[in-house]
Amino acid sequence: MAYSHAASALAHQFEDLEQQHEAASLGMWIFLATEVMFFGGLFAGYTIYRNLYLPGFEAGSHMLNVTIGAINTAVLICSSLTMALAVRAAQLGKRNALVPFLMLTIALGLAFILIKLTLEWRHDYLEGFAPGLNFTFAGPNAKSVELFFCFYFMMTGVHALHMVVGVGVLGVLLVQAWKGRFGPERFNAVETAGLYWHFVDIIWIFLFPLLYLIGGRY
Amino acid sequence: MQGHVVRKRIYFSIFGSLLALTALTTGMAYVNLGQWNTIVALIIACCKATMVVLFFMHLRWSPRLMRVVLLSALLWLAILISLTTTDFFSRDWTPIPESWESSLLRPPTLPGNLLHRR
Repeated sequence: MAYSHAASALAHQFEDLEQQHEAASLGMWIFLATEVMFFGGLFAGYTIYRNLYLPGFEAGSHMLNVTIGAINTAVLICSSLTMALAVRAAQLGKRNALVPFLMLTIALGLAFILIKLTLEWRHDYLEGFAPGLNFTFAGPNAKSVELFFCFYFMMTGVHALHMVVGVGVLGVLLVQAWKGRFGPERFNAVETAGLYWHFVDIIWIFLFPLLYLIGGRY
Repeated sequence: MQGHVVRKRIYFSIFGSLLALTALTTGMAYVNLGQWNTIVALIIACCKATMVVLFFMHLRWSPRLMRVVLLSALLWLAILISLTTTDFFSRDWTPIPESWESSLLRPPTLPGNLLHRR
């Protein structure tokens, strides 16, 4: 075999590396389609109840901190950039760029989760906005505000869970990248993890305006 | 090498646009547009998502099969949301017909009283 390295990167059920690469990406896209339906149920429920109880949803949204939400959006967009650059480094076989970009992506993902946990969820809990645990808000539309916070904790919670999974996957990739397992012929794992990471970013792109900005702040 | 290697400049310009659109959508929330606030926020979010999908997720350079998968996901999402919302918003359009169970709960009427029955 002339291409011994290529042969080892190619699983025997595939014709060539190109087909293997497409199959890997296609698999991740199909998984992401099921994820669209998973989050779609939450978004559909949110749409219904927001239209039924708009005043309460607006009041609840106004209790959230827009600045922290916007900063967290920026953090996620930065992590998407470093992830895209990590995939590029893997494609070009630049191990010295791949490892730091993966580290940066993990660090930004952890920063997002930490900001969410310490500055937002903890604050919401202590202020009495946590349905079922500590809900003491007694203003007008208290019941609909409680419903808004149910959606808020569920949607941001499930999103954060996806972030945790993503950080775990990137951690495994970082170890493999450190050992020099990736190269121009073997980068599908980095690419598919990147697809997943960008998808989680897109979910937040929709969660941010829907949860933090509804009803306006004027 | 498989897959398209995107130039760094494209990634950085997409990154800049995404940050600018985040600032724009945050700023627009402080401007009173009435009902349009939500619509503008959703349009901006869709633009951002499209940019991420096309460039960061390489869909612009991917085989058509990947686009079909994404479009099918969006189609199913549209079915999910549109059918659920149309159910909720059209419930009041038609009166609920009397069922045989509810007719049993009504006090029985005497034959001579038929004409006065509601």
